[in-house]
Order: sequence, then structure tokens, then C-alpha cells
Amino acid sequence: MSLGPYASFIMTSYAAAALVVATLIGWVMIDYRNQTQRLRELDRSGITRRSGRSATDRP
Amino acid sequence: MTPIDLANPTRFLALSARVLPWLAAATVILLTIGLYQSAFAPDDYQQGATVKIMFIHVPNAWLSMFVWGVMSVASLGTLVWRHPLADVAAKAAAPIGAAFTFLALVTGSLWGRPMWGTYWEWDARLTSVLILFLMYLGLMALWRAVEDPSRAARAAAVLTLVGAINLPIIKFSVDWWNTLHQPASVMRMGGSTLDRAFLIPLLVMAIAFTLLFITLHLAAMRNEILRRRVRSLQMMQASQRAA
Repeated sequence: MSLGPYASFIMTSYAAAALVVATLIGWVMIDYRNQTQRLRELDRSGITRRSGRSATDRP
Repeated sequence: MTPIDLANPTRFLALSARVLPWLAAATVILLTIGLYQSAFAPDDYQQGATVKIMFIHVPNAWLSMFVWGVMSVASLGTLVWRHPLADVAAKAAAPIGAAFTFLALVTGSLWGRPMWGTYWEWDARLTSVLILFLMYLGLMALWRAVEDPSRAARAAAVLTLVGAINLPIIKFSVDWWNTLHQPASVMRMGGSTLDRAFLIPLLVMAIAFTLLFITLHLAAMRNEILRRRVRSLQMMQASQRAA
């Protein structure tokens, strides 16, 4: 597979796409971890939802 | 299962938890196939190997508009039907749409330099997509500026629906004005002008990126629901301490 004289433009495009997609995936995963951690801390301090369920309960 | 059933955030969390692993697996499989086909697609007789940039530029350009379309439907859900998950969906989609629009602009510039001789031209298509990107950033800033999510939701919904005017301008800009950007070659009256050797990898990549969006969007919506639970519990904690 030869990318010709404009290989750097092609490689940069794919690298940029990989970087942005990896950032999006990382953002979603870190955000989920942060939110569940906060809910667990609230749960430990005795704060529960009005339904009576634990904040971290799976439905 | 109807949209009304999904109006319950707890039920949405349960359903999305079951669906997400399958969606993620399908995205990985299709992206792998698409990247393989893109790598081994033949060179174009005019563009040479730079045609490979199209396999990521075009799906991202489509998604930049598709995501705003999703946000517009969600905004109608907020303003008209007051669906409890509508503003969650709109808010969660904005950063993902901004990322896809950013990629469309960057990869378009990287294709434009060798093909047009310039990274940027203030023509109607490029300028209208840049405006779309700025609107995404504005919407994200609005969500952050207003602390109460329900108040922010209505303002954001109105802004999103006003911004939807830009979608037909982007789509038809290449027909209405004399632009450096080429006219539509896939979704056009009379069928695609692309050879199957380019059309198939392009469609596979487009479906893969669309699945990627759906996967990320569901995950981001789950995070937003959890964030709102955290917020309401923290407020409950603060009021208990004050009492």
C-alpha cells in the first residue's frame, strides 16, 4: 500500500480521527467513573433517593 | 418497548446497559472492516491516494449534521412533549457532534491542501460548517453557564431549533452558490457518481461512525442521568445539613 506524495496529509487525517475518537471514549468512561464514585460516596453518607433505593442501585 | 416506556430514566439505564456492549462490539467490527477496505481501496485517477481521506471526512461531515438533527428532535421533545429524557439526549449529543464537526473541518483542510492548493477557503460550504461547529461550542457553553438543568434545557432547545436553519444551508450550499467544494456525489438525484470501489468502503465507514455516535451518545446520556442524580442528592444533603 503506497500513499504517494501526500502520505503525510493522509496519515495526519487518520491520526487526528483516532485521537478525537479516543478522547471521546476516554471522556465518556472517566465521566461514568466520576459519577458512580460520587453516588457511592453519597450512599455511604446515608443520602438515599426518595424511592428508597440506593443511589448506586441498578434497576 | 415504546418511547413512553423509556421516559423513565431508571428504565432507560437498565435497557441501555444491556444494549451498549452489543453496540460497542458492532462498532468495533464495522470500523475494522471499514478501515481495512479504506486501506486497500484503489487510488483515484485524479486524487491519487488522498481519496482515502474521504473515507473519514465524509462520515464525519454527515454526522456533524445528523447529530444536530438528533438534537433538534430532542429539543422538540423538550419544548413540545416535555419528555424527561429529551434534554438529557440533547445535552449529551452536543460534545460528540462538536467532535465530529471538528474532524470534518480538519480532515477537509488536510484534503484541500494537496487537492485545492489551500487549507481553507471562505466558500459557502466550509463557512457554514464552521458556523455549525461554533454553534455546537455555543450550546455547550450555554449548558455550562446555567446551573439548573431544566432552565438550561429550554434555552438550549430554542437555540438548537434556530440553529437547525443552518442544516439545509450546509446541504444545498454547493448548489445555491458557486463553491470550491464539489457538489454532492453520493446522496443525489440520479444516484451516486462514485465507483463501487470507493462507495462501499465509504458506506461501511459511514455506518461504523454512526454506530460509534449511537454508542457514545447512549453512554453520555447515562452519565448525564447519573450527574443529575448526584446533583439532586447533593442538594438533599445540603438541605439536611441546613435543617
